[in-house]
Amino acid sequence: MLLRHTPKEISERSALTINPAKTCQPIGAMYAALGIHGCLPHSHGSQGCCAYHRSTLTRHYKEPISAATSSFTEGASVFGGQANMMQAISNIFAVYEPEIIAVHTTCLSETIGEDLKQIRKKAITEGKFPKGKYMISASTPSYVGSHVTGFANMVTAMTELAESTGKKNGKVNIIPGWVEPADMEEIKRLAALVGVKSILFPDTSGVLNGPLSGEYKMFPDGGTTIAELKATGDAVGTLALGEWCSADAARELDKKHKVPCKVLDMPFGLKATDRFIDALRTVAGVTVPDEIGLERGQLVDLISDMHQYLYHKKVALVGDPDQLISMTEFLVSMDMYPVHIVTGTPGKKFERRIKELTAGLPYQVNVKAKGDMFMLHQWIKNEPVDLLIGNTYCKYIARDEDIPFVRWGFPILDRQGHQYFPTVGYKGALRLLEKILTVLLDRKDRDSPEQTFELVL
Amino acid sequence: MATTTKKKLVQWDPTDVKAELLKKYPPKVARKRAKQIMINEALENETPEIMANVRTIPGIITMRGCTYAGCKGVIMGPTRDIVNITHGPIGCGFYSWLTRRNQTDAGPDGENYMTYCFSTDMQDQDIIFGGEKKLRKAVREAYDLFHPKSIAIFATCPVGLIGDDIHAVAAQMKEEFGDCNVYAFSCEGYKGVSQSAGHHIANNQVFRHLVGLNDEEKPGKFKINLLGEYNIGGDGFEIDRILKKCGITNISTFSGNSTYDQFCSAHTADLNCVMCHRSINYVADMMEEKFGIPWIKVNFIGAEATAKSLRKIAEYFGDKKLIDTVEKVIAEEMPAVAAVAEDVKSRTAGKTAMLFVGGSRAHHYQELFTEMGMKTISAGYEFAHRDDYEGRQVIPSLVLDADSRNIEELEVEADPTRFKPRKSAKDLEKLEKAGFQFKHYDGLNPDMDKGTLIIDDLNQYEAEKLVELMQPDIFCAGIKEKFSIQKLGVPMKQLHSYDSGGPYAGFKGAINFYQEIDRLVGSKVWSYMKAPWQENPQLSGTYVWE
Repeated sequence: MLLRHTPKEISERSALTINPAKTCQPIGAMYAALGIHGCLPHSHGSQGCCAYHRSTLTRHYKEPISAATSSFTEGASVFGGQANMMQAISNIFAVYEPEIIAVHTTCLSETIGEDLKQIRKKAITEGKFPKGKYMISASTPSYVGSHVTGFANMVTAMTELAESTGKKNGKVNIIPGWVEPADMEEIKRLAALVGVKSILFPDTSGVLNGPLSGEYKMFPDGGTTIAELKATGDAVGTLALGEWCSADAARELDKKHKVPCKVLDMPFGLKATDRFIDALRTVAGVTVPDEIGLERGQLVDLISDMHQYLYHKKVALVGDPDQLISMTEFLVSMDMYPVHIVTGTPGKKFERRIKELTAGLPYQVNVKAKGDMFMLHQWIKNEPVDLLIGNTYCKYIARDEDIPFVRWGFPILDRQGHQYFPTVGYKGALRLLEKILTVLLDRKDRDSPEQTFELVL
Repeated sequence: MATTTKKKLVQWDPTDVKAELLKKYPPKVARKRAKQIMINEALENETPEIMANVRTIPGIITMRGCTYAGCKGVIMGPTRDIVNITHGPIGCGFYSWLTRRNQTDAGPDGENYMTYCFSTDMQDQDIIFGGEKKLRKAVREAYDLFHPKSIAIFATCPVGLIGDDIHAVAAQMKEEFGDCNVYAFSCEGYKGVSQSAGHHIANNQVFRHLVGLNDEEKPGKFKINLLGEYNIGGDGFEIDRILKKCGITNISTFSGNSTYDQFCSAHTADLNCVMCHRSINYVADMMEEKFGIPWIKVNFIGAEATAKSLRKIAEYFGDKKLIDTVEKVIAEEMPAVAAVAEDVKSRTAGKTAMLFVGGSRAHHYQELFTEMGMKTISAGYEFAHRDDYEGRQVIPSLVLDADSRNIEELEVEADPTRFKPRKSAKDLEKLEKAGFQFKHYDGLNPDMDKGTLIIDDLNQYEAEKLVELMQPDIFCAGIKEKFSIQKLGVPMKQLHSYDSGGPYAGFKGAINFYQEIDRLVGSKVWSYMKAPWQENPQLSGTYVWE
């Protein structure tokens, strides 16, 4: 047993987090920043934060993750890190030549009260900030929120670049939230298919799923360009996917540039994708093409074909709020029973939303925001499940409790595919469903006695 | 094909390479880096000075991590029966959760917390009002849940800034529990200039709070400690296998798959064998002063190095039977190693490597490459000090700067009851006369050829340039460097956590490493960089079947 010390009996814990279901804000800010073309993320704090975030993102994507740090020493922590940041600005633009740097704070720089906007201003006034280059900044103390809020804060910071010329450009901003590069690509494909001209930001496709060709590009071809970010202020509207990840940025564009917005769930599964496509159609005033109808129909077809293996199967889920909301809805829509749902990200409205989605089911769902995986494991010990969905850390629970396991979320450190194959949209839902069915049917094959072991399932 | 043949044509001069690496830097950066990039002159008994263990330059993408990573991640991470609680916001605990490939085995007592991550997950109110209350509660909750022998507390950046007294909390909880040793590490990430400071902070506390607590005599005739071996990919397990076969008892490993009791009993060993000089040489010094245990530098990376280290240990104990057993073990293990070396050499001989890791590995792993007929053309450490490059003789002349001054040096004196010289002065003299070297390490420089480049704290930009200019057949560093190097079409092997596989220590490890490097440098994948239409872009206007 790998988690041999986890007892079945649940005791009250108010101070100790065990096996977290979240990590800290800065890594989200770094991931978001990688979705801007020509951008070097910069971590304003001690160098370990940056090293940890780069390592984790590298292990998840198996791609180079470039990001710089202010490398605070003890002196900087006492006297302030402004000198470090000024030095970093000059070194970064001289050596790496990015178009833009996206700076986020850490618990260290926040605790001593660093002001990034003021440092930027000073750099510009003193002529140390190269002309034609950009810097955006986000406040991401690690002791508030989670990696999800850090992502949202950096996406919101991107709206600093938005400009309104007074003339609408006919485009729709789509804020995809923390999804994989392949998902971002798929969202663009769907929008184009419906006939919507879109600006997607951030966009890590073409950045974190790059080719191997003998050439290293520190700034790969992908990513939302600065020109596109500027143009978000002239868009006809914004679709924000995910309340946690994307809503703030959309509201900011509405507030500053009067770009109306609609906040939707992330398009995972049938119903959330239906709403996304419907919103695209409405905003652009177009008819949904048959190709999309076909993709939807294929998903419904597979659900109906394999419904017997899904029906009333109990599922435990752990991950991030926006993803879990859509996934819960997807599972419920296929007559599955999500019974235990945990996110480490705070937010009571998450628990409310999950309760609403599972209201019609004949049991009381266990749901917790600001929870941890130790708690989830204990819930599973008390009420076993047929399927576990979550990030790689779940494999320890899956092995100890012998539960079929689908890797989905962040980070995935031991399997590949998430950067290449989407799980959003109808095609993405087909892939999710295939993954779920594969582990459930592998288990059935493994456990069936010889008499009932069947060729055709 | 084109990529591999092209490499052999590349000519480079180290002076040009150095100039090229510095060319793009702003003058201040170039001046500093120039002192950390050294063209090795391999002079006898003397090598030029290299600047090391100095601050990373803000904005320059470094390979380094922080003090917390060195303390909690590297040193205390692979302890299995200590509950390691990170006091801070969630990130630090999360990132150091199972991400180093320290192997572990719960053993007969069944205690193993290495798969767990414990954190106080500090929130803004804890930062404002102080986190001691929450920490105390968290330690209590851990104790109530698991009743471990020991609980360790690790500080993250904000903890030091807001002034939480983690040592007072630890002392209080230890007192309260009675049967659980609680202690804390002030390993805030901003301290020092790299992970190295964290190693020091961790080892100081282990020495202060654990070593010497258990005087119980452990069975075994030839008792050693293995210092600075972290059981990445099972290295420690392979070394233990060999030691056991030789009849040598390993009392404690600092700190691969270690236990609380092993640390507490370390002072009962009769010899300290130092693997990673950087992370732990000072512990060996302190154990000698306090308990009278002599220390030697060993290296179990490389089959020849392993044999040499075993012979050295046997020579120290000077027991005929042990010496014979060691020779027998080497004779038994070597043929399999030699056979694989012979096989891979036909493909690897003459190839070139670059190594930029750690405080010892960039040196140790050159042994394995040499055994495969490969040449190390450039190497350097991520977080080492000058003595790891130039040898221990420079230690007295090292200047304490503002950053190292903040890292505590323990004052150690002989333990009134436990100090026991392991050898008489006469015996020691005899050994030394015969060429046996205690407390000796020559560093990396003398082992590298003239004209090779030795670079301290190599960064992302220099790594890319170096590969582009010198075109090595393999590059070794860490996970952050891996994929930017591989994008250039050059295989990259992680030598911090090994990507996958291992062990690479000892005899079986050598075989694994030869095979792994053979696989990497010989992989067909490196020949697929260009599509056929990119190789021959001209259109000839004929049908393909003509």
